[in-house]
Amino acid sequence: MRTLLVWLAGALSLAGSSQAALASGWNMPVGVTDLSREIYNLHMTIFWICVVIGVIVFAVMFYSLIRYRHAKGAKAANFHENTTVEVIWTAIPLLILVGMAVPATATLKKMYDTSDAELDVMVTGQQWRWHYEYLGEDVAFTSNMSTPRAQIRGDEPFGENYLLEVDQPLVLPINRKVRFLFTADDVIHAWWVPDFAVKQDTIPGFINENWVRINEPGIYRGQCAELCGRDHAFMPIVVHAMEEDDFDTWLAERKEAAAEEALGVEREWQKEELMERGEAVYASICASCHQPDGEGSPPAFPALAGNQRMLEDREWHTNVIIDGVSGTAMPAFRSTLNPVELAAVVTYTRNAWGNDTGSEVQPSTIAQRLGQ
Amino acid sequence: MAPKVPPQPSLEQSSTATAAGHGLAHAAPPKGILRWLLTTNHKEIGSLYLIFSLIMFFIGGIFALVVRAELYQPGMQLIQPEFFNQMTTMHGLIMVFAAVMPAFTGLANWMIPLQIGAPDMALPRLNNFSFWLLPVAFILLLSTLFMPGGGPNFGWTFYAPLSTTYAPPSTTIFILSLHIAGISSILGAINIIATILNMRAPGMRMMDMPLFVWTWLITSFLLIAVMPVLAGVITMMLMDINFGTSFFDAAGGGDPVLFQHLFWFFGHPEVYIMILPAFGIVSAIIPTFARKPLFGYASMVYATASIAILSFLVWAHHMFVVGLPLAATLFFMYTTMLIAVPTGVKVFNWITTLFRGSISFEPPMLFALAFVVLFTIGGFSGLMLAIAPADFQYHDTYFVVAHFHYVLVPGAVFAIMAGVYYWLPKWTGHYPHERLAQWHFWLSVIGVNLTFFPMHFSGLAGMPRRIPDYALQFADFNLVSSLGAFLFGFSQLLFVAVVILCVRGGRKAPAQAWDYAEDLEWTVPSPAPLHTFETPPTYQRPAH
Repeated sequence: MRTLLVWLAGALSLAGSSQAALASGWNMPVGVTDLSREIYNLHMTIFWICVVIGVIVFAVMFYSLIRYRHAKGAKAANFHENTTVEVIWTAIPLLILVGMAVPATATLKKMYDTSDAELDVMVTGQQWRWHYEYLGEDVAFTSNMSTPRAQIRGDEPFGENYLLEVDQPLVLPINRKVRFLFTADDVIHAWWVPDFAVKQDTIPGFINENWVRINEPGIYRGQCAELCGRDHAFMPIVVHAMEEDDFDTWLAERKEAAAEEALGVEREWQKEELMERGEAVYASICASCHQPDGEGSPPAFPALAGNQRMLEDREWHTNVIIDGVSGTAMPAFRSTLNPVELAAVVTYTRNAWGNDTGSEVQPSTIAQRLGQ
Repeated sequence: MAPKVPPQPSLEQSSTATAAGHGLAHAAPPKGILRWLLTTNHKEIGSLYLIFSLIMFFIGGIFALVVRAELYQPGMQLIQPEFFNQMTTMHGLIMVFAAVMPAFTGLANWMIPLQIGAPDMALPRLNNFSFWLLPVAFILLLSTLFMPGGGPNFGWTFYAPLSTTYAPPSTTIFILSLHIAGISSILGAINIIATILNMRAPGMRMMDMPLFVWTWLITSFLLIAVMPVLAGVITMMLMDINFGTSFFDAAGGGDPVLFQHLFWFFGHPEVYIMILPAFGIVSAIIPTFARKPLFGYASMVYATASIAILSFLVWAHHMFVVGLPLAATLFFMYTTMLIAVPTGVKVFNWITTLFRGSISFEPPMLFALAFVVLFTIGGFSGLMLAIAPADFQYHDTYFVVAHFHYVLVPGAVFAIMAGVYYWLPKWTGHYPHERLAQWHFWLSVIGVNLTFFPMHFSGLAGMPRRIPDYALQFADFNLVSSLGAFLFGFSQLLFVAVVILCVRGGRKAPAQAWDYAEDLEWTVPSPAPLHTFETPPTYQRPAH
């Protein structure tokens, strides 16, 4: 038993002295918005009220335990009722609670006020990534975790931002009120960035609102907070908050790139081009369920390699990707992917991993199909 | 039903001759496994419940240790995320429905008839049925782990559509097993209400009943009220999965949030189902070892009833981030904060009972005192979680995990262990081994705090719950939690050792095993004979 205790003490002191302990917080972050600061203060106020009550209550308790020990010959009193005391210790907590409720109510009202936003961002949760759309700006993209699986498996050393890094961060301006519109394509997720004190469920069929006005430029990280299936731990959120000018420049560039992409729908694509693009789309969107090698993980996620129905019926194959399959985990990608990406991924899946249909689908065909 | 079940009178009479020792009017029970399958005796059924829940406590505990082993350090070392999700889900389901609830029902079976001076439960055959449903339910549930696609992997709260459209095929079996467990709970609750309302000893008014009886009476009404809601919501899931309805499927016009409203309308009273009987046990133990009557008996009863009523009005505090309207969020924040008042009253009453008492620290008392302190800490974090703006930061983090484990492990589980140590002399006729019990207590207290206290910090620092792998800044807290969990888990083997030793022998206990204990169970011999109070006792109100 002694060895166990020594071992335990060793483990504890190790934990206390390691680097990460210094870097990590023990407490809620104050955050970088007025509201997150307000919520932090509310949290600390309630915390200290609880500490004071706890100290008083436990002091009386431990005083009694020490002072009135049977072993020391304490003689028990016989009182067992006092209405006055009961009324007092019902009323005082009630007053303390009212005192807590007043500032909480005020803060809550501010959190719910999503009016007068200068920028609207639609956030869509998908298994297991985030899709961001700048409403009215024709800019949209998907954000995937970029931590390599080899790090997770332990084949490579952990990176600095292990599990909290993405391929494309959400970019937001500081000092502007940004309204988020949250929804989901499949199951419920929750978008949470602690530094903004914004956590909101993204629910299929619902649109939730929340908002943020960031005070300082920087990179802020968060995670999905609602259990959403296998890779719940692996859909982080990274927000890059920029000075307003920088943000405007960034947004203009992205708009230009999006317009160029739209032109690509008109032209005839080479099969090699489609395959190359399709491989990238597959890796970022499809591989999390159907696996990089197309073997899937049945029964939930069918194999694509050698899938007879898919290979024989191109029409059906295309429709499944565009419309999803009702009652299964396969979502509709009509609004997440553009015609080029859809055509590319159909072509890729028909010709990868030994699938040798040789057939391809042109973006213009998909655009027509979507237009119907 | 087969005519020979239960045994016919002629059978009983023919075996009476060999049944020396037990009551004259009663036959010897059938031998072997049939005795336990057919028993209608509240003490035997109580023991069955307790043994079942202890086994399930260890199975659920093994699942928890698998989770903690994977979380010992960052990276995925031992298991895959799919299996991790099955482990967290099964841990929760087994602990809630198969360990804590049956343990309290077992204590109720044993002690309620003894505490009110009744010969047995009001409906003994129903009692047998409600117990034997449980092994069926949980063997079914555990078998899903071996089915294609694995067992439930959507958390013990099984939010749709993750638990419907996106669930493994075994979900239908999961629904069946919860239905069976739910029927068992409802039947048990009906039985307890019928017993308490009809079978009290002559002269025992409602306001004379021990608090364990009171809290169980109120708990039973909660069970009857909310178990059908659970049955309803899982039936809707069943329809969505197998019969093409869209209750919770947005694509078919359904509403995933409706699931959460229904679930938590069951779920919140459910958490009080797991704590009210604990209040009753602690309210019996503290006066006994403080040698002083319970302070504020009547206010304890009223506080329990208020908590029960309020429990129906707070469910959406589990849902502050689903996008409730402001008015709803405010309403549920205020009602939730109100629960602190009656809960506070209880804590104040226990502490005032200690004040100017004459206190000794036998194992049941140690667990009861730890309950008061650690449950109160869980209450504080509960109050913090009630503050809706702050809850946007706490929600679905390890802070929540810390909170509910503080109220459920050193809360409900410690109270159950306190109850077992308190009543073991009555059940077995022996006192539990004092030194071993002390070791069990101290290792449990240290283990539980090492496990769950750091979770407050990892949660506040931003670690979401139900993740199999985490960012590097949470590594230290998780390491401590995992060490604590293994310490706590293995310490429970001591508990098993104490119980087995106590059944087999030990210092003999008299009828009045604890000097100051007042309730009727201490008037029957230790160990309590199979049949007690065949003629009702006359209830004597205590002198104070």
